[in-house]
Amino acid sequence: MLDLKGYGPELLDGAVVTIELAFLSLVLALTLGLIGASSKLSGNRLAKGIATFYTTVIRGVPDLVMMLLFYYGGQVGVNILSDYLWDAYEIDFFFQFDPFISGVVTIGLIFGAYMTETFRGAFLAVEKGQIEAARAYGFTRWHTFRRIMFPQMLRHALPGIGNNWQVLLKTTALVSIIGLTDMVRVAEEAAKAERMPFHFFIPVAAVYLGLTAGSELFIKWLNKRANVGVVQGS
Amino acid sequence: MADQAPLICRDIHKTFGKLEVLKGVSLETRKGDVVSLIGSSGSGKSTFLRCINLLETPTSGDIIVHGDPIRFATNRKGERIPADNKQVEQIRSKLSMVFQSFNLWSHMTVLENIIEAPVNVLKVPKKEAIERAEAYLQKVGIYERKDYYPAQMSGGQQQRAAIARALAMEPEVMLFDEPTSALDPELVGEVLRVMQSLAEEGRTMIVVTHEMAFAKDVSTQVLFLHQGVIEEQGSPQKVFDNPDSERMKQFLAPKF
Repeated sequence: MLDLKGYGPELLDGAVVTIELAFLSLVLALTLGLIGASSKLSGNRLAKGIATFYTTVIRGVPDLVMMLLFYYGGQVGVNILSDYLWDAYEIDFFFQFDPFISGVVTIGLIFGAYMTETFRGAFLAVEKGQIEAARAYGFTRWHTFRRIMFPQMLRHALPGIGNNWQVLLKTTALVSIIGLTDMVRVAEEAAKAERMPFHFFIPVAAVYLGLTAGSELFIKWLNKRANVGVVQGS
Repeated sequence: MADQAPLICRDIHKTFGKLEVLKGVSLETRKGDVVSLIGSSGSGKSTFLRCINLLETPTSGDIIVHGDPIRFATNRKGERIPADNKQVEQIRSKLSMVFQSFNLWSHMTVLENIIEAPVNVLKVPKKEAIERAEAYLQKVGIYERKDYYPAQMSGGQQQRAAIARALAMEPEVMLFDEPTSALDPELVGEVLRVMQSLAEEGRTMIVVTHEMAFAKDVSTQVLFLHQGVIEEQGSPQKVFDNPDSERMKQFLAPKF
């Protein structure tokens, strides 16, 4: 039996933190991705400009730099705001920039940019005739989006979403650097204290592998559902 | 007002950039009319059809569906746009369209395709919509395919499903945009037969077509378009057997 030298419960807690972080970031990334793609495809020049700025900046800066910026910069920002509010209006406003929140926000923002591109391509891949038929039958814009555009876009977007999700899951390991006690951080401390790196990092690697392999199966299943009605080439 | 004209188009113009595709096309239908729009490609016949249900917004001219004139406004760029999206949606639900490339929603079964608009646009109760859909599927002869997805059927079957989808709206006017042009030659007949039976039932139809036999035998009115204007208009006998216009004579002349 694997002997985790008493670090077992802590590692388990860390794994839960990793999973929570990954899921919340995914939700944020998907939301930002949908908003970003809609803005890029909208006729509105301001929306387009903001979305393009967002994807260009985020995709061009290393994840780690971004995370450090948000965590340390975020706290400085809160401090400045707090001082200003107190001096100017005597409002007492302050909060500690939590590493979990900065993790979710940073990872969500980063992958929101990738999701934007995934969704944009997927929306463009929907056949024009499908949308035209919906318009010709008197569908409202919302109904066209919900019943025709979205389900058809999804079949094009899912492979990309799956990829992004796997990378996102692994990117969560970066939060150990800003002091969040996720699985990696616990393993690192344990490995240092016990001088047994393999003993602790290999189980961690196995957990990541298990999560990614599991999600791959899930995405396969989703894909099959989204591609209903499509005749697959052999 | 039972004898009100289902559809009147007055002096429809359509310009794309600098290209004037329609230069004043008018059409008046009575209930039960089958109007064939013929002409070579680029003559504007499909554009005219797409103006009727506002898939294209006419640059000028009036469209009156069953006594209800479509209202237009001008946007900030000075382009003409429909004034009221609700009105457009309502009018579109009375003019169902059959497309050249079928455009059945590929993620829905045939039955789901047919009930989608009646249930969500016309607010027909689902049970009733299904009964209606099944009846129309019987009529076009593909009832046994109701649970198939479009991609699992032949082109002819898909187009017949698309006709059932159009029928399920119980529309004032059915618009057909070259319904047989994307079909293999041996599948054209099954679609034309369905269309002929609809014409015999007294449904009002406007058909853009290259099938001259259909235009001649089934329609009550034929419009021959050339470069955005009506060159010849009238009963099929007149247009085909005794045309006034040189262009129409050329169009009918044997090509080889």
